[in-house]
Amino acid sequence: MVAKLKGNYGSGIEPLTYAGQNYMVVDRSLIPEILQVLRNEEEFDYCVDITAVHYPAREKQFDVVWVLYSHARNERIRVKTQIADGASLPSSVPIWTGANWLEREVFDMFGIKFDGHPDMKRILLPDGWKGHPLRKDYGILQQDNEWVQINLGIESGQ
Amino acid sequence: MTEQNSSLSHLDLETPEKPFLDANELVINMGPQHPATHGVLRVILRLDGEKVLGLECVIGYLHRGVEKIGEHRTYTMFNPYVDRMDYVAAVSNGLGYCETVEKLLNVEAPPRAQHVRVILTELNRIASHQLWLGTHALDIGAITPLFYTFRDREEILKIYEKYCGARLTTHAFRIGGLQYETYSGFEKEVKNFLAFFRPKIDEYEELLTTNRIWVERTKNVGIISAKDCIAFGVTGPVLRASGVKWDLRKAQPYANYKNFDFDIPIGENGDTYDRYLVRMAEMRQSVRIVEQAVGALPEGPIMAKVPKVMKPPAGEVYHSIEAPKGELGYFIVSDGSTQPYRVRVRPPSFVNLQALDVMCRGQLVADVIAVIGTLDIVLGEVDR
Repeated sequence: MVAKLKGNYGSGIEPLTYAGQNYMVVDRSLIPEILQVLRNEEEFDYCVDITAVHYPAREKQFDVVWVLYSHARNERIRVKTQIADGASLPSSVPIWTGANWLEREVFDMFGIKFDGHPDMKRILLPDGWKGHPLRKDYGILQQDNEWVQINLGIESGQ
Repeated sequence: MTEQNSSLSHLDLETPEKPFLDANELVINMGPQHPATHGVLRVILRLDGEKVLGLECVIGYLHRGVEKIGEHRTYTMFNPYVDRMDYVAAVSNGLGYCETVEKLLNVEAPPRAQHVRVILTELNRIASHQLWLGTHALDIGAITPLFYTFRDREEILKIYEKYCGARLTTHAFRIGGLQYETYSGFEKEVKNFLAFFRPKIDEYEELLTTNRIWVERTKNVGIISAKDCIAFGVTGPVLRASGVKWDLRKAQPYANYKNFDFDIPIGENGDTYDRYLVRMAEMRQSVRIVEQAVGALPEGPIMAKVPKVMKPPAGEVYHSIEAPKGELGYFIVSDGSTQPYRVRVRPPSFVNLQALDVMCRGQLVADVIAVIGTLDIVLGEVDR
């Protein structure tokens, strides 16, 4: 399957294996098409997870990872792409309905926006919160003191 | 408020009937402090009289930043934290985490450790289902099952307590195997428990399966089709009750589940009643697995050779297990240091809860309680 995709899309796809698990690094521009092809032609009908990893030293700071599973093939694959801070990705809610909350969580934790998402807002943190906690530059003890003061009435904000 | 967004249009979803001309739509709030939401879950319901037109879940009240904490702890130090996500199935959380790190380290737990892991994890599945049954039945109005299930669950917790000193958040496993050898009489006590517990399942079923009130409250309530389940990424007993025979223990066996005989119970209608039957059958299957595992407990070491200071080589791994609630996955990125660069937890409850909206549409307000119960969510895991 990967060979076929590689044949169709050339250098935009790099298939890799680590610890016996297949994943592919895909160019950002190919993402909408690849996800669509994986869903419709390769039968990856179950979107297990969507998440991101922050590498602040890189020019393209974020890795976004889709974990997909195919019931028909009993096979998993991970799709990974790199995007810059502030860049957005197309939403995969039209492809897998369950991507809805997963994308919202990525937005909440990393500040990566998904275009075309039906309800792009925070999910775990309160709506007015400032900052995205899973970025590496967000400290482990850091929080939005102003929000805490206003909404919880705690003067120190801690 | 949840509008019927276009993304749902390709599902097998019946659109709610048109409201009567004189009907006023009503928006009411349920939770976050509500005895039937199993934690702090807030649901905003859009109603037409008693009928649910749609709902929106507001979550995050229990968010503790488990994934962030993981980046600031060593691999070993993070192990007890995962118990606090799904706190009624702490052993399963630990199993998933330990196996994922073992994959990164490229080590495998020895056979004896694997067997003990299976025994404790399956006992935990029984305990989790018992807690679910008791609280779910209580939500619907049957009080007795709660006392029955808590009485019997106590026996499992006693085994845990004797094994590792803790009852709920057990921290039973270590990366590479187990910390503790089983106590003397462990096998006998587990066997005694199985003999004690088997007739208890019949007792639970006697209370509910043909109980007319139970049947009326659960049959044809909260139906979700197999196609919708897969589109939403719903896993676990909810998926199986809709007729999909998919269980990670069989589909992609981990630990040493491939050595044991067991069946995957499935339902037909995907309603609350079928999910009840599936979980009851799963308890019986767990008993089968534990029986085989405890009968053939091999001798040998309980710990693989792992370094005191763990530094997995740089790389990333996704590994998942069949927790009592569904697929529990860990995605860990290592940069070669003593701390994970990124720990992502894929919680089954979080993803399953998303389907609450479609399962409740067209139902009555009282059924929302039944559907939240049947999804078997734990908010500690939803919010992490």
